[in-house]
Amino acid sequence: MTTPSASDGARPAGAGRAPSPAALGNAAAADEGQQSLLRLHQVGKNFGPVQALAGIDLDIPAGLVTAIVGDNGAGKTTLIKTISGIWQPDHGEIVWMGRPIHLHSPRDAAKLGIATVYQDLALCDNLDIVQNMFLGREAIRHWQLDENSMELSAKQTLSDLAVMSVRSIRQPVGSLSGGQRQAVAVAKAVMQEAKLVVMDEPTAALGVTQTRVVLDLIGRLARRNIAVVVISHNLNDVMAVADRVAVLHLGRLAAVGPTSRFDTQVIVDLMTTGASTRLRGDAAGSPSADPGNGGSQQSQDNALNAGEAL
Amino acid sequence: MSTDVHEPPPDAVAQADAAAAESAGLAAPEIIANSLGEYARIWAKRVRNGESGALPVILGLVAIVVYFQVRSSLFLSTGNLVNLLVQGAPFILLGMAEVFVLLLGEIDLSIGYGGAIGATVTAWLAFSTPWWIAILGGLAATTVLGAILGTLITRLGLPSFVVTLAGFLGFEGLLIELVARSGHGTGGTIPISNSIIVDLTSGNLTPVASWIVIMAVVVVAGVFMILRDRRRRLSGLVTPPVSVTALKIATMAVAGVVVVLVSNTNRGLATTPLRGLPWVVLVVLGMLMLWTALLGRTRFGRYIYAIGGNAEAARRAGVNVIMIRTLAFTLCGMTAGVAGIVYASRLGSISTDVDGGQLVLFAVAGAVIGGTHLFGGRGKMLNAVLGGLVVAAIYNGLYLLGLQAAPTDMVTALVLLAAVTVDALARRGRRSA
Repeated sequence: MTTPSASDGARPAGAGRAPSPAALGNAAAADEGQQSLLRLHQVGKNFGPVQALAGIDLDIPAGLVTAIVGDNGAGKTTLIKTISGIWQPDHGEIVWMGRPIHLHSPRDAAKLGIATVYQDLALCDNLDIVQNMFLGREAIRHWQLDENSMELSAKQTLSDLAVMSVRSIRQPVGSLSGGQRQAVAVAKAVMQEAKLVVMDEPTAALGVTQTRVVLDLIGRLARRNIAVVVISHNLNDVMAVADRVAVLHLGRLAAVGPTSRFDTQVIVDLMTTGASTRLRGDAAGSPSADPGNGGSQQSQDNALNAGEAL
Repeated sequence: MSTDVHEPPPDAVAQADAAAAESAGLAAPEIIANSLGEYARIWAKRVRNGESGALPVILGLVAIVVYFQVRSSLFLSTGNLVNLLVQGAPFILLGMAEVFVLLLGEIDLSIGYGGAIGATVTAWLAFSTPWWIAILGGLAATTVLGAILGTLITRLGLPSFVVTLAGFLGFEGLLIELVARSGHGTGGTIPISNSIIVDLTSGNLTPVASWIVIMAVVVVAGVFMILRDRRRRLSGLVTPPVSVTALKIATMAVAGVVVVLVSNTNRGLATTPLRGLPWVVLVVLGMLMLWTALLGRTRFGRYIYAIGGNAEAARRAGVNVIMIRTLAFTLCGMTAGVAGIVYASRLGSISTDVDGGQLVLFAVAGAVIGGTHLFGGRGKMLNAVLGGLVVAAIYNGLYLLGLQAAPTDMVTALVLLAAVTVDALARRGRRSA
């Protein structure tokens, strides 16, 4: 489990929200690959004739929140399913902590410390919080489930994350609100010593209060030096919580960079057309990923250059 | 950058918070109550929220007992009460078998005839081997049958309803074939030749032994509960109030004393007294404790509940869903074997006339009446005991009133419908709570 002292070195304190200048420097370093926990290099994925992903170059640094945005069909889901081992890429390579890896299943990913949190698929409503957090890796003592030690460490993890205000961690998960369920799923990943937590639409279907709880939680994960990848349709959430933004358009990376380089309008432009004339501080011109120019090295280079320039 | 957030009306937020606060009441009262009074309040709240647990079945049992006692003074006689326990044993055991698969959200329609096949194998083996080999042989047969059905269902992804319906038909045929080939008995009936197997249901402990055994069970269970609370307290975890634990142990002790007092009263003639706890009560108690421990205290049990609650989540957590489901059907078959042997022991024989359809429906009815959720994830072995007793009480009471099979079946069907309705309404209550 990540200790607070480890996160201190990797990231300035209090950088959970909009990045401070120091955090920006850190993110830039990550782009050079020094801090990169996970690196996708020219990753592509086809489903028959359909090119779902092409030439994706993306660095996921530890201790930062990377938001992946894009319109429906842009490849967001394909991308996280590739990261979490559900699908294998057809092209390119995935580098984890400097080592190329091949993920054949979600279990492979989980073993490395890549945890994916789905809003609805992750928890058993009829089991209580402790039982859910330890599902699949129960503690055993004298041939029996060691309920006490599991309850103690679940309690510890939840209080470390400081999100749960439940009365008892022995209540069934089905009785929790959406935000609390999300928190349990994240706490489960943290307890299993995940280094990278992938969250698919973590705030969809949540109310304002619960959304705030989940966004706070995401910030707290990053402060524990855990890399967080968030997919979201809600650009307000993205701007609030992400340190870095990656915009996908028709299976290509339209742009990637620190959140400060984007605003909602720029992201919308990039999501819908793959280009924006208003990208802040973009000396090299807008990144382009011409959808009609499928698979061309030129457009991939452009996207890559745009990403590096940021 | 746009900063305006589309705020829902403030009362929606308040409602969400209120719902979250309310949901705290749904935790088991043991873990959040600090006193007996608070325990009772939380418990009452849970009942209102649809988490009624064993309450409906206990109320139903009381109502049934009162009704039949008013209609026939014989119902509460000690002879009939002990008879009720013995009669109920096969229903209870079949219900326990069904709980394994009901918890997964599956059903096994084959266990009536499956159990009868186990009884046939035991009866056949009993002609030439010691009683325990005969029983183990019978159990092995039903375990294998359960494993075959379970494998078909899980490996091929077939619906359990259809596969076990095929089992229902196929096992009836297999039963007829087995009885014919055994070369024992006549007219499709094999007698149980071993007196020990017959004594499973017709034999009794001595009155003194009855006291010793039941009190030992109560003391062991009580000490176990106290030690568990103590360990939780030492670990710094929330512990149920001492008064609640004491009340539970007292309830167990009173139930034990009543059962022994009833069993130890002479229910025979003055000249040939009949006293003591039937052996089969111990068989049921033993199975109850064994399976309760398996479901509650092992990974296997935890995974059964997890798969019943959300199979996809269990799979993602690394649970071997196929293996656990296959094992559940296997244990279901094995428990059905115990039920079949007890059933044959009570009749003193096993015949091709056994109504496996009625048996399995009584088993499902018993488990559901007792509070096991038909769609998986919720239920306990104790539910099957309580529900099996309800089914046996209806069966026994209507028989005492001289009613025939037709009204008996229809009344049981109505009780089953009532139980499923209570279950569905409770679920709706949970969702809207």
